[in-house]
Parts: sequence; C-alpha cells; structure tokens
Amino acid sequence: MKSTYFTPVAVFAILSLASCRAPPPPAAGAAVKGAAVATDQTTVIGRRLITEEQYLNTVAHMFGPDIEVIAQFAPMQRTDGLLSVGAAQAGVPSGQMVKFQRAARQVAAQVVSSGNVALRIPSRQDALIPCKPADATKADDACARMFLGDTARLLYRRPAPEGRVNQLVAEAAKAATLSHNFYTGLAMALEGMLLSPDVLFITDRTEPDPERTGQQRLDSYSYASRLSLLLWNAFPDDRVLKAAESGELSTAKGRKRVVEMMLASPRLEEGMRAFFDDMLAFDSFASLSKDPAAYPGETGLTLTAAREQTLRTIYYLLVTKNLDYRDLFTSRTMLMSPVLGTVYGVPTAPGWQPYTFRQDSPRVGLLTQISFLAVNAHPARSSATRRGKALRELLLCQHVPLPPPNIDFSALEDPKSPAKTARDRLTVHRTNPVCAGCHRITDPIGLALENFDGAGQYRATEKGVAIDTSGTLDGQNFGDAAGLGQALHDHPSLPSCLVRRAYGYAVGAPLKEDETQLVDHFTNQFAAGGYRLRDLLQTIVLSPAFYQVAPTPPENAKPATSKEANAQTQSRAE
Amino acid sequence: MKNLSRRRVLRGILNGTAVNVSLPLLNLFLNGNGNAMANGESIPLRFGTWIWGLGMNDVIFTPKKTGANFDLPEEIASLAPVQKHINLFTRFNTYKDAAPLMCHHTGWVILRTGMAPSLQQVRPGETIDVTVAKKIGSTTRFPIISATATGDVRHSYSYESENSVNAPEFSPVGFYRNLFGPDYQDPNAAEFKPDTNVMVRKSVLSGVLDETKSLQRAAGAEDRARLDEYFSSLRDLERQFDLQLTKPEPRAACRRVDELKGEPSAGIDTTQVAQRHKVMTQLMAMALACDQTRVFNMSYAGETAATTKAGYDKPHHTATHEEVTDPVLGYQPEVSWFTRRAMESWAEFVTILASVKEGDGTLLDHSLVYAMSDISYAKIHSLDNIPMFTAGTAGGRLKTGLHIQGSGDPGTRLGYTLMKVLGLDIPSWGTLSNTTSKEISEILV
Repeated sequence: MKSTYFTPVAVFAILSLASCRAPPPPAAGAAVKGAAVATDQTTVIGRRLITEEQYLNTVAHMFGPDIEVIAQFAPMQRTDGLLSVGAAQAGVPSGQMVKFQRAARQVAAQVVSSGNVALRIPSRQDALIPCKPADATKADDACARMFLGDTARLLYRRPAPEGRVNQLVAEAAKAATLSHNFYTGLAMALEGMLLSPDVLFITDRTEPDPERTGQQRLDSYSYASRLSLLLWNAFPDDRVLKAAESGELSTAKGRKRVVEMMLASPRLEEGMRAFFDDMLAFDSFASLSKDPAAYPGETGLTLTAAREQTLRTIYYLLVTKNLDYRDLFTSRTMLMSPVLGTVYGVPTAPGWQPYTFRQDSPRVGLLTQISFLAVNAHPARSSATRRGKALRELLLCQHVPLPPPNIDFSALEDPKSPAKTARDRLTVHRTNPVCAGCHRITDPIGLALENFDGAGQYRATEKGVAIDTSGTLDGQNFGDAAGLGQALHDHPSLPSCLVRRAYGYAVGAPLKEDETQLVDHFTNQFAAGGYRLRDLLQTIVLSPAFYQVAPTPPENAKPATSKEANAQTQSRAE
Repeated sequence: MKNLSRRRVLRGILNGTAVNVSLPLLNLFLNGNGNAMANGESIPLRFGTWIWGLGMNDVIFTPKKTGANFDLPEEIASLAPVQKHINLFTRFNTYKDAAPLMCHHTGWVILRTGMAPSLQQVRPGETIDVTVAKKIGSTTRFPIISATATGDVRHSYSYESENSVNAPEFSPVGFYRNLFGPDYQDPNAAEFKPDTNVMVRKSVLSGVLDETKSLQRAAGAEDRARLDEYFSSLRDLERQFDLQLTKPEPRAACRRVDELKGEPSAGIDTTQVAQRHKVMTQLMAMALACDQTRVFNMSYAGETAATTKAGYDKPHHTATHEEVTDPVLGYQPEVSWFTRRAMESWAEFVTILASVKEGDGTLLDHSLVYAMSDISYAKIHSLDNIPMFTAGTAGGRLKTGLHIQGSGDPGTRLGYTLMKVLGLDIPSWGTLSNTTSKEISEILV
C-alpha cells in the first residue's frame, strides 16, 4: 500500500542543487495524491499510529510516572530501517483496539483513584483533578469540563473541538449519574478520549503557507507533535502547545526558541533513547535469550542491563558530553552498573556510572558493548555474519542481500575439516561463489569481533587457537575490534546513515531515492558542526523540509524543467 | 434462556437492578442426543491454525502408504496417539511464479493467503483465519485469538491486511489475563450481574464512533481504509460490551481455569518452547470450550526457528543449513531432532483439544485445525512438498486418519477445501499458479 504520509520530495530542490551558488535549502515535501481535505484550508497528509512507548511516555508526563500500564501493543513493521516509519502505515485491528481499551481503562482508573490512607497510597484524584465536585456522588459539569477540557487539549495535541468536549462532559455526567460517583464519570470519559482516532493516530495537517503562495505547510499543532515525538517521544506538553496556539511556532524565531527549550529538556533523553533503540533494532532484546549451558552468566537481567548500558552511553557521550557522533565507536567510556561490572570484570559503583576502559583493553566503542555483540549472535555461539550484517545495515544504511535460496553450508560442519575458529569455518562462505557475494561484505567485519563470544564476553582463543581479528572495511584495513571501530568512525556512510535514519524517524516516512540530495545537505551541515547530535536535530527540525509541503503535481502534469524547478526552489529559499 | 433478551437485561440495568439468573445443571445444557445445545443452537464450529518452522526430512517424514492406516515414519512417530484425529497432506506444492523466492517467507504466505508475496518487507494480505473469522467469528468475545510459543510477539501468522497484524499473545500469564481476567464472564456462573460500567463504556464508545465517522467522511481513499478498519474495530469492541451485558449461554465443556501465577522461564530452548506451547494450548482449548472465540492460531515456532537444543550450539534454523547430511541415515540428524520435537508438540496440541469433552464428542470433533510448515526441505528452501495436516472433523464434515498425496497440485487446495467445509461461499482461492477451485474430495464426508 502506498503511504499517504508526508514524504519530502526533493524534485525541485534536487534539480536546483547542481547549479545553486549558495548551499541549497532543504527540500520540501510533496502532498500525497488522494489526501483528505480536512477543511477548506487544511489537508490531512498522514497519520502515524502511536507506539507503545509514546503512549506510556505521554501518560507518564500527563499523569505521573507512577501510573502503571500493561499495554503490549502490536509491534510495528520495520520499514526503511525503522519501526517508527512502519507506524505511518499501521492499522488497528480489533485485537489491538482491545489492547487500547484495556490500557485506557488502567490509566483512567488510576488517574481518578482516591488512594488508600491505611496503605499510605496518596490520592491521585486530589493531585490530578484541578477542582472538587460540589457533591462527589453526583455529576458536576463545571468541574468535569475543567479536567476534560485540559486533558483533551493535551491528548488531542490541539484545542479539542468544543463539541467534543461538550460530548465528553455529557458522557461524564451520564456515567456519574449511573454510578453515583463523579470520579467514575470522569474516568469513563477519559477512557473514551483515550480511544479517539485523533488521539491514537498522530495526524499531520497542513495549512496554506503564507510565505509561499498557493503552497502548504504543516499547521503549528502538527509541527508541535512532530517535534515532540522526535525529541521527547511523547506528545507536546503545555509549553509547546502554547507556542503553537500563540503562533510562535509559525515564525522562524519562535521555532528556534521552542526547539532550544526542548533540546534542553531532560525529556530529550527519552526521545534519543527511543530513536537509537529503534535504529539499533534493539526490539530484538524483548525475546533475546542465551543458552544457559553455553553462557551461564548471561541472564535476562544481564541482557536487559546491556541494552540499557548502550542507550545510556549514547546519551551520555552524544548529549551530555556533546561528543562527535563518530566517537561513539572509538570511545573507551561506557556507562556501567554493578550487574554488568561482573560480566565486564571491572569495579563498579552503585547505579549507573561512567567507566573508562584502559588503553590496552579490547573494549572500545559501541561495537564491543555486550548489547551489540549479544543481540547480533546466536543463542549459543557468536556470529560474524550477523554482526557484519548489522554493522552494514544499521550503522551504514547499506543493504545486505538475502541469502540465495539454494545454498549448502554443510561444509561448515564437515567432521573432517580442520577448522577450529569461526574464520576457518567461514572460509567456506567466502570461497563458495554462491555465498561469497554477500559474505565478503559481512564476514570480514564480523570476524574482527570474534574476540567476543555470543554473549559478548572476551576470549583470546577458540578451541585453543588464537583468534585472528584482522580485516578490512571498504578499503580500510584493521587488526582488531578497536581498528574496526576506527574504520567505522572514518567511514563516510556512518554520519550520513545517522542523518538518513534521523530524518526518516522525524517525519515518520521512508526516504525516497530522489531524496539523497536532502540527506547530503543535512550531512554536510552535520559535518560542518563537528557531527554533534544536538546540532543535527536542530538542523532537521528547523529546516523547511520538516514543515513545508511541496505542491502535488497534477495527474497529467509535465515534469518541471530545470529552469522552472530552479525558479520555484529559489522562490522558496527566499 | 431465550426469554432473557438483551433488551430485558439492559432494561434491568437502567432500572438500577442487577439481573440474577438461576441456571440449570450442567447436564441439562445439551439436548437429549448431546449434539446440540439445549436451546437448539448447535455446538459451535471452530477453526484454528498451527504452524511449525523449517519443514521436514522427506525420507523419514513421508509415509509410504496413502489413505487410511498410513505408516508413521520415525520423524512423525510421535503422532501415533492422534493419528485417528488427523490427516496428513504431502506432495502438494506452492508456486512463487515470477515473484522471488523469499526463503522462509514465501511458503507459509501462500498457504495462508493463496498468494505469493512479492517482497520480504511486504506483509501478507488477509490470512485464512481472518477470512474464516468473518464467517464464524463474529458472535464471540474475540473474533480471533493467536498465541506463539516462542515468546516473541513478532511471530505472527495472522494478518487483517498488509498493514494490520494480529499480534499474538506471547506470555502465558498475559494470555490467561486476557482470556480469563477481570473481563471474563463464566458462562456457567450461577449468577449473572451485568456491570453498570460496561453500559457506560458502551455509551462513551458511541462518541468515539461518531468521531471516527466524521474523519472517515473527510478522508482520502488510502487514509479511509485505515479509518474504516479503526471503525470496524470499535464496532467489535462495542459488540464485546454487548456480550458482557448479556447472560452468556451455558457451555457444558467450559471449566474454571485456575489463575496462572508463574511465567514459564524465558528462552527458546526446545523444552521451554514446548512448555509454553502446552500451557498456552490448554488456555486456548478452554477459551474455545467457553466460547470466548471460535477462531484460533498457535505458532509453535517462527519460520526461521531459532529454537535451541541444550548442548548443541546451533539453533534449528542454522542447523538446517550447516549440518552435514549423514551419509548412512540420509538426513540431518540434529535437524530431525528439532522436527521431532515439533511433531510431539503438534500431537500434544491435538491431544489437548481431544481431551475436552463436548456434547457427544470432544472439542476437537467440533473443530477444524489447519497445520502447515513454511518450507519443505529447509536446507534448500524448497517450496515443493510443504507438509500440511488437518485435525478434527469439523462436526462430522471431514474424514480423518488419512494420508493424502497431491502429485504437485497447489497446496492451496487444502485451504480452499477447509473454507468450503466451513461454509464460505468462494468460487476459488489463490492467485496465478496457486489458484484453485478444486476441493480435496478424499477427506470430505
């Protein structure tokens, strides 16, 4: 199914790039044919289904982090390397609706809970409902309106239609009357709100762009939602919505102020954790386990901590320390916890603390963290092929073809074979012409990590034979995992891949072939700023590509000539 | 019971009174012959699917004899106790035509949708369970329930459309909670007290339906498809609320299920998978007996099963490609070890359904289970001769205990046959070379 999502198409900008004197403006997106007309002035150009984490984060922000929800929403389909892009196509079958309803019920019941004095459980209704009903056994429209109106604004991420708020107040009153409980009435109305399609689908609406006659841009509320989902992985809060309401987000100056505020917020950590978790395909951790016979020390607790370590390390190095993105693969510093300390064999302090490995340690960079090593391995052994494939696809955005259907790897296990190490065994892959095409691009990389077993623990030998970790990455030779990290650090596709993923994640749509110029533009900006993550985020969200929408070409329109395209791009640049 | 109409129930609620219903004894739930409910309604017909990954070793899997009393080669020897309940289908093929062969994806997609997928990344369209659920699954609490024994929520083989997956239950405790948790209404409970909150929820839901309708009206074609599905799912939820407000029909086969408190250990060792499979099958069987659903899916392992064997360093899938074929045995012994474990679980699945007494037969007698693998010979990703089974007689509509060989006919013939047996009015099923309008008559009564 073709996506109805806003996908920035760079046709005009691309044509102009070749001849532009100044750095070109980022490309603007094209509205999708068949898009809905929401009003005479606005157009719906896409819907993203809320993810489980966005739901939970939003609930925690609005009602407190102690609200407990068992959600278990259906996973998204990984699209263009990201689950979040799959959200742009995801539907809601009835099984998923049941889960939404259950989650809504859990949230609503806790929001209006009266607590328990004996158990010292505080009353949430006192903290979260901004008023007291005249009589808690009856409906109170004024108080209900106060709570439901405020809540609807945050959940709908825009002023809720007055008719809808009236309807919610009426439903709360009806429920309060039936149950003889004002708070039950509120809970029921909140449950209903949490099932609204305009809450669970994050809708991109456009409006006429006053700066580009006849063209469209995201309206301020949609822009606010996009910003918030990227930077906080949650709905916008009151401050961001106020900026949308006041028109501040419609100005360049206003957008800059709000973006800086959001980048300075501690919620940025939630946003970046979600992004990198998605980019690194860490959803596999949900069902990852290791063979206890092979790796008795690698428990579920260890694996959970390993995932956490990488996400915390990324945030620490790239945001807290504001390091060059590429240093993630050469830094000897990782966040460490007592659970992991025993696995890494290093002393630790309580909680999560930075730990820097010695210069002679084999632990260098993200590739040598247990998370990457364990998730890209088999349950009972390492996998040079999986690790190499993951590096290529996740970090360099390269495509490793699927194996040919008719393959025979049984030579790998030939009992007469003298092979001792993975390198020996994988020689079969690299010398068999059917296999070599793919394995030559994965195995030499993965073999550099063979000093780490399937659980990510260090080993110098395999079956008594010293492990050879030398190899090459697209022309750059290395001798060990540290060298591979350096080769990756220097690889030109490393930053551009991050840019590609970050932009796709930001707009919730796969990049198209003709959008490489857009990625190049962002990558150049990224490089100019020293590959700082905050700068990249700022560049993307303040670029016209993030909020402008290119006109939809008429069905039978002739392609624009270069001259026409240049003229249009130039006018938008101005 | 017929006198207790939904209208009466609702009127009772609106008047602020609970409706208490005295129930007859369990042995009065059925008619004198034991083949229908006492109220004349026939015992419901159920449809389920079961899937295991990575096919089989033909030399020790395929019986030499066809028809009844077929021999059970060593890889399926564990099926002996359930042989009378099942049919085995071999030598049926799946055809990718011009589409690429996507290893472990193509085969099961064809057998469950009738169509060869064009890309690995493209999810299948509507799967057979969804098609059947539209016919027989609209009156129960859940149109479909799905579970996976792998513990991985991504292992689903049920799709409403290419954009909508029916995510499986992956945790036995979660599965219990969803089936028999607070929302469960015991059909045999002596007392029925409708929940006032459900009535309110239904009322609130009407506002959400209105909201969705207004969005549908303004939506473009592609956007509307998703909103239409959303609306339809809200309707299903509304129907669930209606069911909760209505005294359920007693179900003689339904028994109380004790609360599951401990989660089986996480992991994909074969013993862990088998344990999870057994617990989830037991829950599924009771959900069927209690008429919580009439369509069900169980996956024993994913298509590229990563199931492990203690002391052996290769997961099942890796073993299929790397293990040497034993020159004496003529097959891959470790791979066969995994397949035998899968067959044991399949036998257990059938046994559990057959152990639930229902009317004059068993739950299995009133069910039709369609089982398949994703591939035939996994080492080379062969689409020819993907093994398939059925279990149950669908209320006496199917013969069992047979081994049927297809001589290269499309494997979709089986899915087509089953849909016809279940009353679906379809002239044919499948596309291109997988198209069929020919039932497998040998199994029809």
